[in-house]
Parts: sequence; structure tokens; C-alpha cells
Amino acid sequence: MLNKSFSSWYKSGSPWVWLNAGAVSISLVMVVGLLLLIAVRGLGHFWPADIMSITYNDPDKKSITLVAEDVETEVVSAVRLKKVGVHLPEGQVTGERHLLKVGNRDYFGLDFLWINGLWMGEISYPEDLVAIERREWGNFYGYLTKVKQQGDVVAAGDEAWDELQKRLERSNSLVAEIKDIEKNEVGKINHGLEELRLQKRQHELDGLPEGSLEYHEIEQERKQWNVSYKGLQKQLADLYAALNRDQIMVTISDGREVELPLAQVIDIYRPNGMNVLEKLGFYFKEVWKFISGEPREANTEGGIFPAIFGTVMMVMIMAVLVTPFGVVAAVYMKEYARQGPMIRLIRIAVNNLAGVPSIVYGVFGLGFFVYFLGGNIDEIFFQAKLPSPTFGQPGMLWASLTLAILTVPVVIVATEEGLSRIPRAIREGSLALGATKAETLWRTVLPMTAPAMMTGLILAVARAAGEVAPLMMVGVVKLAPALAVDNIAPYLHLDRQFMHLGFHIYDVGFQSPNVEAARPLVYATAFLLVLIIIILNMSAISIRNRLRETSKASEN
Amino acid sequence: MEATTLQKTPTAARSIDIESMQRGPKLNMSNETTCLEVKDFNLFYGSKQALHGINMKIAKNRVTAFIGPSGCGKSTLLRCFNRMNDLIDTVSIEGEMLLDSNDINAQSVNVADLRRQVGMVFQKPNPFPKSIYENVAYGLRIQGVNDRATLDKVVESSLKGAALWDEVKDRLHESAMGMSGGQQQRLVIARAIAIEPEVLLLDEPASALDPLSTLKIEELIYELKDKYTIVIVTHNMQQAARVSDYTAFMYMGELIEFGATDELFTNPSKKQTEDYITGRYG
Repeated sequence: MLNKSFSSWYKSGSPWVWLNAGAVSISLVMVVGLLLLIAVRGLGHFWPADIMSITYNDPDKKSITLVAEDVETEVVSAVRLKKVGVHLPEGQVTGERHLLKVGNRDYFGLDFLWINGLWMGEISYPEDLVAIERREWGNFYGYLTKVKQQGDVVAAGDEAWDELQKRLERSNSLVAEIKDIEKNEVGKINHGLEELRLQKRQHELDGLPEGSLEYHEIEQERKQWNVSYKGLQKQLADLYAALNRDQIMVTISDGREVELPLAQVIDIYRPNGMNVLEKLGFYFKEVWKFISGEPREANTEGGIFPAIFGTVMMVMIMAVLVTPFGVVAAVYMKEYARQGPMIRLIRIAVNNLAGVPSIVYGVFGLGFFVYFLGGNIDEIFFQAKLPSPTFGQPGMLWASLTLAILTVPVVIVATEEGLSRIPRAIREGSLALGATKAETLWRTVLPMTAPAMMTGLILAVARAAGEVAPLMMVGVVKLAPALAVDNIAPYLHLDRQFMHLGFHIYDVGFQSPNVEAARPLVYATAFLLVLIIIILNMSAISIRNRLRETSKASEN
Repeated sequence: MEATTLQKTPTAARSIDIESMQRGPKLNMSNETTCLEVKDFNLFYGSKQALHGINMKIAKNRVTAFIGPSGCGKSTLLRCFNRMNDLIDTVSIEGEMLLDSNDINAQSVNVADLRRQVGMVFQKPNPFPKSIYENVAYGLRIQGVNDRATLDKVVESSLKGAALWDEVKDRLHESAMGMSGGQQQRLVIARAIAIEPEVLLLDEPASALDPLSTLKIEELIYELKDKYTIVIVTHNMQQAARVSDYTAFMYMGELIEFGATDELFTNPSKKQTEDYITGRYG
């Protein structure tokens, strides 16, 4: 009886439905779990955590007060604790240990500290504890005592906080002004001087005799640049002097009162005094700073805007390169080439190209694009600049091209698939109206294949945006001094190296001097990378759907 | 005489509309102007011969129907008139095929030009996934006509010519894919006549349509023959009898009998023809 019911259950197909549903659920759980993990770990970092003041009674040392954020709590077995000299009370098998972010790296040496939960004494959250985000040396925690101008106290005690706000605003706007001048105007002068040097070098290469009029003109121009540079220098010196006017005095946890130049401070806040709404506002401000800011402190602080920009731009250039190339190749293979053993061989080769490890493409890109193509371009067009390379070094263009080769099989396969799905009747209809094969392709077949091409592009973008290994060889760097787009002609600098989110994750996570500080940033960056790939894909998918709407024929 | 033949027809469905056949003076091939001429024409798919020594003349401004059982080569022959078979690599031909006394298979003939002169409508409606307007304008745009006024005029006259204008004049810029099958087929005919061909080849134009749409297509064929020479392939003998002036019966790649439609249906000279039209095989 049971046997029979099992057999009928088996025959009904239910086990397969269960198996399929189970596989889908597991996949779903894994994807959602992954996103959730990186989202929680990464995005939690920007929440302004309360700062606690804690008495820590290490029996071997004298008891001290710590001011810190409680970052993480870990349960450790008694045996492990015993090994590091901590003896738990009889009968207790596990103990806690806490990771504290104590900040003040320049005074304490370390800004993270593991402490033993057993020895933690009284904990309090004083509202006047301040957290200071600094341009260097990481966060700073303490009690604000005085605000000084040129060494003289202008406010102390409770007034200090209010006085500080407007001075902080002033110093931040001064910093922005200085950065603007240094980046744009000084950059322009540097660029101008470099151009002059190249002109002169070009004249020398052309064999222009010394003392020619051209040299004289260049010299005149150089003088003009130097004059304006002197002016800027003076302006900058004044700005720096103004910036260095204010200082603040902060008492840190061991009782010392230390002086901080206000120029070092980016933001100062009192998380213990904030309500949820204020914290939320602060949170979004921090997230925005992370997305729009530039990295500081060997990438462990600040934002990742250059990496986002580099990733998106590289993927877009790759898309622009790969689509026409892949489509043209697919059209030839499907429509024009004689379908014989040769084309079959090519097709197999193309399909196998998709399986070549990406690092191999990186090596190829370095050898062929950077050294061979780039080197030759430099010799022909940028001779004056040699020996320093222009295109003969890893850069945006070569990285995009390398990824384009990496993804071109996907586009070819998808386009071929799309071409073979166009009904013969449509082609014959066009031919019967006196269209040539090329006209039929151009006016009817290719527009109908557009959705398939977009599918190929979507897959290509998804692959390219997540690729890191080959990029390390052909253009991605830890820290790029300038974006590939700026306000100096020709505005688009494809020869420049760039930052990439994928490499940024690797760099921050594994090459960072400050692992604890970097870890949340790894998650946040990973989350952002996933988000960007999703956004890129979604936009491509929406374009495809719009295209499909206009050419629904093949489905009818 | 005619009546007796009809009585021999085994089923009512096979009965032939007599009235449609008695619509004018007796047709005679010798009085007609020749439009297309086929001389000793053989066609091979690889080594397999599909057409055997076809000889026929197709009269100008008349409707000629090809009938015969499936696989008899009637569609293959039709597709030779505008060299659609060029698209199949394995096809080779022998013999001559003349359009207005010019060999269409000659080296000097531009296939695209030939197809402009010899339009074709296929079995299944195959409108392009474009607007109704763009479908009709397609052939002209290929020829480089982009002048809006000219296109408007041609689109209107072609759609009127295909008896479709009244149904679609308010939605010319909507997708052709939203039309019914019968409308689509008439659109395809409009598309074909927009470039004013000399000959119109119809390859079972109504076989995928419902009876009402079929009727409309048949009426349309009747009207179109004033301006075009029409060659139609059909499975449906009633249809051949209704719309055509001349009928060719093909069997196993050979042209068995060719003559005026009423003659062929009422008084077939070959036994095979009689067997086919009376339903003994096919």
C-alpha cells in the first residue's frame, strides 16, 4: 500500500517539482543572504555609534578609563582565554571580548583595542563626548574644552561647542577653496608648462637651430605662466595662513588636554546627544560623503568616488567598443561567411575564448595593447614626451579594450542567436521587394536583432563590471591622482590610469595598514559595486525591453 | 457538358462555381500577349531534379493559377520567376525563363531590379515589425524615395489598391503586427504593388486565412489583374477556378496540362488532370 502510494507520488512528477523549487529557493536564499551580509556590514559603518566611557580594570595593571565606540563583541571559549592569561570564574565556559575603536591614533598608537569583557567596569555615555573626523590619523574622541584663535582662548566650556560650529564651517570652506585652486588653476599652469616643454622638445627634434624665434616665444610664455604661478602661490599662502588660525583643545581619555588644529577637522559631532532623527540625517550625510568623496589615508578613510567613476566609465567605454565589434563579427559569420568547417572552427574558437581565464587577457592586454600598440603610438605621436610614456603605459583605453576582447564572444554568440531567430519569411519579404541582402540586413533584420544584441551587451557588462584580475595589469591603480575626465583639453584622458571598485575592495581589504578600520569599507565598497552592476544591467534591460516592444514580430 | 463533369465530382466541397467561370468570352492563349515564357526549364536541388522540362507562356494581365498536389513543384516554379531560389545554395537550373523576351537568369540581370518588376506575396503574411505606413513605403525607401508627399500618395493608392485603406487609414502609424491575418496579407499585397511591379506572384496567399479573408483576397486578385499579370499557386481548386483565367496542372515536377481555366476544369484533356480535379488523388 505504502509502496504503491510512493510510486504514484513519484509518477505524478511531484518529486521533480519539489527538487526544482528547492534549487530555486536555495539560490534565492544564497543571493539574498549575500546581499544582506554585505549591506548590513557595509552600511552599518556609517551609523554614528554612541561613544562610551568605560573603566577597565586589568588586574595586572592599574585601572584606566577608555573612551571608545564598541565595534564588535565576540564570544570566546574559556580555554582560549586562558591561553592569553585570562582566568574565568569556575564553571563559566565562555567569555566575551569586545573590540573598541579608541581612535586618537597619534596619541595611543593604536586606534582599535580588544578588551576582555570580564574586566569591564562602569560604562557611561556622557553627552558632551565628541567624535572628530580628521583629515589625517583617523577619528578622535574626547571632551571639547576650548576653542583658540592664534593661541588665544576665544571660548571655553559650554560656549566652545557653539563657537566651534561657525569656525568649522569657515575652515572647511577654506579647505575647499585651497583644493579648488590647487587642482584646477595650478593644474592648468602645470599643464601649460608641460605643453611648452613638449613644444620645445618637438622643435629640438625637428632640428630647429638654437636661438630661433620659436624658442624665444616659448620662453616668453613660460615667463607668463611663472608669473601667474607666483600670484597663485601667494594666494595659497594667504589661504593656508587663514586656515591655520584656529585650534581646539580636547581632553582625551587619559586626562591629557591636547591641541588640534581646526584645519585637520572635517566634522565634529556628539553622537551621544543625538536623537534618532539627527542620527539618520548624519547617517545619510556620511553615506553621501562616502559615495562622493575622495579616499584618504591609504584608502582606509574618505570616499570612493574616483573608483565609482573609473568603474562606470570603463564599463561604458567597453560597451561602446564591444557592441559594434561583436555585432559586425556575428553578422559576417551568420550572414555572409560560407557555412563550412572553417566557420565552424571559428565559432568553436569564439565560444572557447569566453572560457579563457581573465588574467590571460590581462597579460595579452599588457603585452599587445600597452607595450606594442601604446609604445608605437607614443613613438609616432608623442615623441616629444618620451621617455615618459603616454599611451605606452596601462590606462583607461587599454583596460576598456582588454575587457572588450574578454566580452566580445558573449556579444557574438548572442547576436548570432538573434540573427538565426529572424524568420526566413521576413528576409524573403524584404528581398522580394527589390532590397539587396545588405539593405535587408540594415533595414529589417538588424533592427529586429537589436534586443538580442542588447542581451549580449547586458551579459558583457555584467561580466566586465565585476572583472578585476586583468585590470590590475592594464590600467587600474590603488590611487589615481586625476580622473579620466577633467577641464583641461582634450577633457577626455583615456591614457590615464584609474581606480576601480573591484580592485579597491582587494586593496582596502588586503593591502591596508589598518585592517580593522578598513573592514567595513570593504563591505560597503562591495555593496556599492553590486549596486552599480545592478543599475548598469537594469538600464540595459530597460533599453532592451523598449526595443522589444517596437519589434514584436519574431514572437508572433 | 459542363454540368455532367460537375455531377461526377464526388463531394459538394469539390463543386466548382460555374457562374464565376462564365464571365466573358472564351479565352484563347493565341490571342494573348506573352508576359512570361518558360522554355525547357529544369531545376535541380543538388542532384535531385524537381522540375522537368517545363514549357509555358503566361499571358499579360491575366491570372494564371498553378495547381497540383503537394511537392509537385508549383511553388518552386513560382519562385523561379523572381529568382527567389537564388537564396538556396544547392539549386541549379537549366533552360530559359523570359520576362518580356529578356532572360531573367542572364548574367547582366540585377536581381534586385528583377524583383522590383516581379513582386511576390508569400503563404504566411510577413509584414515587417514596423508601422503600416512604413511597411507600404518600404520598397520605395529602398529605391531612395524619401519625399514625404510622394510616399503619402503611394501609400494611400497602394492601400486602396489592396482594399485596405478604409480599414487602416486612421492608424497608419500603428504597428502592422496588430492587424488580423487577412489584413496583414492585404497589407503585404499593398506593399508589393506599391513599387508597381509588372508581375505579381502569389504563393498560396489565402491558405493561412479564414474564409471571409480568403474571399476578400480573391476579390482583390480579380481587381488587380487589370494592372498586373498575376501568377497564383493554390491548393484550393475552387479558388483556382474562381480567380484564374488560365490554369496549369503540375504533377511530380512536370507540367501535365496548361490551358484556359474553364476548359481545363470542365474538359481536361489528360487523365491525370481529370483524376486530380475530381479528387481521385492529391
